[in-house]
Amino acid sequence: MELGPRIIFTIGDVNITETVIFSLIISLLIILFAYLATRKMEVIPHGFQAYGELIVGTIYKMVADTMGKQNLRFAPYIGTLFLFLAFGSTLGILDLRPVTADLNCTVPLAAVSFVMIHYSSIRAQTLKGYIKHLGSPYAFMLPLNIMSEMMFPITLACRIFGNILAGVIVMSLLFTALESFSESLGTHIPFLLLVLPLPLNFFFDMFEAGLQAFIFVMLTMVFTSNGINVSEDHE
Amino acid sequence: MSQVTPEAFIMGLSALAAGLAMLAMAGVGLGIAFISAKTVESTARQPEAQGTLLKTMLIGIALTETAGIFALIISIILLFANPYA
Repeated sequence: MELGPRIIFTIGDVNITETVIFSLIISLLIILFAYLATRKMEVIPHGFQAYGELIVGTIYKMVADTMGKQNLRFAPYIGTLFLFLAFGSTLGILDLRPVTADLNCTVPLAAVSFVMIHYSSIRAQTLKGYIKHLGSPYAFMLPLNIMSEMMFPITLACRIFGNILAGVIVMSLLFTALESFSESLGTHIPFLLLVLPLPLNFFFDMFEAGLQAFIFVMLTMVFTSNGINVSEDHE
Repeated sequence: MSQVTPEAFIMGLSALAAGLAMLAMAGVGLGIAFISAKTVESTARQPEAQGTLLKTMLIGIALTETAGIFALIISIILLFANPYA
């Protein structure tokens, strides 16, 4: 069974895989939607603008509930991340390989979140306070704290990767099994694939994908606001 | 008596190891069950806090799941990207 993403073409030593192509397509679709929604802005929204305002309003409300009203400047990043992850994980419905079932996609996203968390933490409590917080409650805890901070992006990337990849494996096993069942029933048309996989499709490609995207942005928000609010406790 | 090649022996034991690695899911299942049970209890006691409780429960489940996900990744590596075979 072939597990990795297919290689579409190669430039020099760089392999351009399905992941790269699909992420570019998803990004372009999101940009196109944003352009269409904000092209002709009206006071009473309709069409694309109404959907855009619904999405943006929901994301701003979620960020305000989780991080507090003073941290609303993170909302654009959180919203972009959520939309990309949600669309990238639900590609399985279209029988394409989900973008997030590839570590090359999830590790960079987790690294961006990691850098943002620590940059905003240093900016909120200065470098001295940041190092002091890493060495709390005792100075010899410093290596342990650094290690636990370093584990965060790894677990964040592996969590969504493992969940989506498990879904891909289970779905492809199910498709193969149903195909060979319908072969053994004496027809070359895989008619068993018609309705039977739908509940699993719903669970792995829609519910699990949305839940994992939500958890990814939720953990990013929680850790960011933890890093910022530490300084407010000391003052 | 048929001969077992070394590669086949390694792959067979790797499959066994992949199955054993997934035993970690027993603990993860117990943990998630405890979290859900406590959330149900808290919601029954204080129904107005349901939204906050649900959010906290999801974060707790995600953090609990990490151990199981690592076990899953180890068994996927053993089965599909085996470094010894």
